[in-house]
Amino acid sequence: MIHFVILISRQGKVRLTKWYSPYSQKERTKVIRELSGLILTRAPKLCNFVEWKGYKVVYRRYASLYFCMGIDADDNELEILEIIHHFVEILDRYFGSVCELDLIFNFHKAYYILDEILIAGELQESSKKTVARLIAAQDSLVETAQEQANSISNMIAQATK
Amino acid sequence: MGSQGGWGQSKEFLDLVKSIGEARSKAEEDRIILREIETLKRRIAEPDVPRRKMKEYLIRLVYVEMLGHDASFGYIHAVKMTHDDSLLLKRTGYLAVTLFLNEDHDLIILIVNTIQKDLRSDNYLVVCAALTAVCKLINEETIPAVLPQVVELLGHSKEAVRKKAVLALHRFYQRAPNSVSHLISNFRKRLCDNDPGVMGATLCPLFDLIKEDINSYKDLVVSFVSILKQVAERRLPKTYDYHQMPAPFIQIKLLKILALLGGGDKQASGHMYTVLGDIFRKVEASSNIGNAVLYECICCVSSIYPSPKLLETAVDATSRFLKSDSHNLKYMGIDALGRLIKINPDIAEEHQLAVIDCLEDPDDTLKRKTFELLYKMTKSSNVEVIVDRMIDYMISINDNHYKTEIASRCVELAEQFAPSNQWFIQTMNKVFEHAGDLVNVRVAHNLMRLIAEGFGEDDEGADSQLRSSAVDSYLHILGEPKLPSVFLQVICWVLGEYGTADGKYSASYILGKLCDVAEAHSTDDTVKAYTTSAIMKICAFEIAVGRKVELLPECQSLIDELSASHSTDLQQRAYELQALLGLDSQAVESVMPLDASCEDIEIDKNLSFLDSFVIQSIEKGARPYIPENERSGMFNIGNFRSQYQHEASSHSLRFEAYELPKPSPPPTVAQVALPLPTTDLVQMPEQTYPRETHQAANLPSATHASSADFGVKLRLEGVQRKWGRPTYSSPSASSSSSTQKTANGATHLDGGGTASSQTRDSFYDSRRQQAEVSAEKQKLAASLFGASTVKSEKRQPSAHKTPKGISTSTEKPAVKGAISSSEPPKEKTLPSSPPPDLLDLGEPTPASIPSVDPFKQLEGLLGPTSAPSAIDHSSAAGPKAPDLMALYADAPPAGVSSGSLNPALADMYTVNKNSHETANVAAVKKGPNLQDSLQKDATARQVGVTPTGNNPNLFSDLLG
Repeated sequence: MIHFVILISRQGKVRLTKWYSPYSQKERTKVIRELSGLILTRAPKLCNFVEWKGYKVVYRRYASLYFCMGIDADDNELEILEIIHHFVEILDRYFGSVCELDLIFNFHKAYYILDEILIAGELQESSKKTVARLIAAQDSLVETAQEQANSISNMIAQATK
Repeated sequence: MGSQGGWGQSKEFLDLVKSIGEARSKAEEDRIILREIETLKRRIAEPDVPRRKMKEYLIRLVYVEMLGHDASFGYIHAVKMTHDDSLLLKRTGYLAVTLFLNEDHDLIILIVNTIQKDLRSDNYLVVCAALTAVCKLINEETIPAVLPQVVELLGHSKEAVRKKAVLALHRFYQRAPNSVSHLISNFRKRLCDNDPGVMGATLCPLFDLIKEDINSYKDLVVSFVSILKQVAERRLPKTYDYHQMPAPFIQIKLLKILALLGGGDKQASGHMYTVLGDIFRKVEASSNIGNAVLYECICCVSSIYPSPKLLETAVDATSRFLKSDSHNLKYMGIDALGRLIKINPDIAEEHQLAVIDCLEDPDDTLKRKTFELLYKMTKSSNVEVIVDRMIDYMISINDNHYKTEIASRCVELAEQFAPSNQWFIQTMNKVFEHAGDLVNVRVAHNLMRLIAEGFGEDDEGADSQLRSSAVDSYLHILGEPKLPSVFLQVICWVLGEYGTADGKYSASYILGKLCDVAEAHSTDDTVKAYTTSAIMKICAFEIAVGRKVELLPECQSLIDELSASHSTDLQQRAYELQALLGLDSQAVESVMPLDASCEDIEIDKNLSFLDSFVIQSIEKGARPYIPENERSGMFNIGNFRSQYQHEASSHSLRFEAYELPKPSPPPTVAQVALPLPTTDLVQMPEQTYPRETHQAANLPSATHASSADFGVKLRLEGVQRKWGRPTYSSPSASSSSSTQKTANGATHLDGGGTASSQTRDSFYDSRRQQAEVSAEKQKLAASLFGASTVKSEKRQPSAHKTPKGISTSTEKPAVKGAISSSEPPKEKTLPSSPPPDLLDLGEPTPASIPSVDPFKQLEGLLGPTSAPSAIDHSSAAGPKAPDLMALYADAPPAGVSSGSLNPALADMYTVNKNSHETANVAAVKKGPNLQDSLQKDATARQVGVTPTGNNPNLFSDLLG
């Protein structure tokens, strides 16, 4: 099971955190601090895994952004590595050549996407197309809702003129 | 979008994110966030905040929380937003609450109602949002409130809903297995869902269920095998392909399940052999995901009923992992090897050098994994080398968590395989010295037990030699400045028991040392308690042989100090000691017999020896005995005890309770000096912990009796702590035969090991030394793998021959591996090609799909209906994918270097360069994405974020 997903930049700035097991705010801060100390200092070419307090943390670096997932000791690390990549590919499709900046300003969208990929710490969907379809459906619905709201407010505005 | 920037948020929010991005230090970041919190607090509390505004505030709150600050003041607004009718706002509300609230939060009860309503919604997107929230928020108490609806949703027409419902049920099962135990058949039903996504999701709960109860699911073996077969034959829709592998994530899950179901079951395993063989053959070992599947296959093969043919394939795959250049694969290889040697320990020998390379690798992760492997393959023939290595590593690390783990492993191995007691004691000393505060107290007990019991045979001479060598080493170690408390306890106990036993050291010398210890650790009550007991024993032994004990002045002052101690335990010990000094030699000898720590003491629970005394008293008119539970006085004592323990724990003293005496003490061991209730002063070897209740019940009467007679109080503590549970498995059997032989081998190899580590640093370049190093390595390999068996003796010569002889080709790769691992920049054989797993981003090239495809029609139905934009994207991304560069290579190298070299460059330049670069890349391979990049740059600048010299990477594509 995946216990948490953390995105940190090379400077140690937090870009996204998602916790699938209960962690208090204090523990979260501690986890992030310790992990960034551990992972950001690792040289390239080493294992993409670190053992940490009985868990394993699988991380992968994309440009200057580190995607980290904390998993149980008996999970398949290579699989998790590919789940990370699966997530990044979907982000890439959604944002169109995703870059760190997209995630900084659209972290809530990244959350929605993550919610379609992982749920309760398990991979829920391994088809990129299905995920993309769901996200698009949500977005289009949101857009129509926005349009409706706009048109209604326009009507009200005109009526009150 | 007007006033809003390119990312759909207000200027304020963009400014916030930007200023955080530009913050130079954590402190500055914190200041900005605290200011933001103040603003939000004020804004949120305003009356009539427009809902759209509130949505943005919530997102800002999420941001604040993400950065590690407390946003609890806004939680209630997130909860309110889930009530909203608009999906846009509802989704934001759900997102915020799932991120904010843990499952035990009080506010959850306010959301349950909304969730119930939303689960009934006819808009499937609302249902999906609610189900996502269900997975995170619904706790054991609230499960019944939503359970019926979730079950109903298992039959929903939308596969996305069914899938989430399955996973929600899985979550319920994890939280409270009983709540869904009657619904388990639903999972079986969903396994046959015609949507592969739902089927794949169902495997998660099934895996958990099967783990709990394998036998009830044996009937599914055939189904799982046939699903796996279909997946492997590419019968699933192509959208489930991932890097040319057919639905690898589903395959992995299925393999995990099969591994469980086939464990030790010949018949079930028989069904799996064919499909496993197929997968082994089909898997693309050049891609990372292919290796993930391969690894899972190896795990499966190693856990089901073994098939020689498959095992061979698995071993081949493992050796490919181990020979790979990628650290990741080596890591997996080591893990796989650890699984395979359980079936056939000989497999390891073939990979000796690879394993040793991993052991000496600078990568800590790999090293630890290798230690895990060594731990699994330890036997009495190689225990010395392995434990020595482990201890060296243990000393070198700071991570307390892992230090504890490896220390306990050392202890475990030493206890299990120790070739000699001498070695055991030395090893324990090392472990205690370097990780003493981290190891279990039990270990200390075992060490003391070993010293006390010796070989357990008749060889008294060897035992006493062992003890005096222990005493020697401890007296030596006491010179060290800082020693862990547990270790000091052991030392004190041993010095007390055996310090003067061989007559080498005088009592006053030992007493002096003990006083020094007590003085140097004046804050550690446990250590002081141990020293006092030790002093008492030394004195008792002296008195017993008729010598007069002259207490040293520092000893006397220690006793005086302890008599006034705040700790009643220490006080008691001090008084006992003083009382003991006043007794005559005969009494002392029966109270503290020499070397009696191993004697069993029979406890007469009924105190029958007091019968006559009791009868006498009753005849004289004393009141008869009233059972403890009817006495009010009992409560006082009970309270006193617990209070006392509480106080004790605050002083970090650990006083475990007594354990019941062994059910039937051997009848031959007669009562040892049990003349009077004072027997409780004597060591009570077999009295260990969980006896609390019992002892508490017995104590009062004993205490009364003894204090009435003597005024010497019962010693409640201390004794039992010294005597752990009999966990130490006496190594007599295992050690006897192999001891001598292996001891020789090990010392010889030891020298080799240290020599190699010295040489390694200094002479790496010269070729001749390489050969030498490798020879050392081979020696190490021989000691680790070769074992002392006849077979290894056959092997060892051949291993030694290789460096000199013909087969230089086999030897060289090992050498190279060693060099490149310790000195990466110098000698790199494969500089141009990054590990293959990173490159393989290619879209699946459509392989021929069998015409009989159960899922295909479904996909055809779904494909074109929704989201043309998504399809556009995918078709656009299609051609670019195969060209993508190494993914976790350090950004585009040019961008990084120029960026970091010229931090002062004008922003414009970087932007231009950046867009130029992306344009270049895009022109080559991305097609329409050129526009994307340019647009993004434009919006970025519009917002006011300009890529600066110190972080050009913000703009670089993550995938490229």
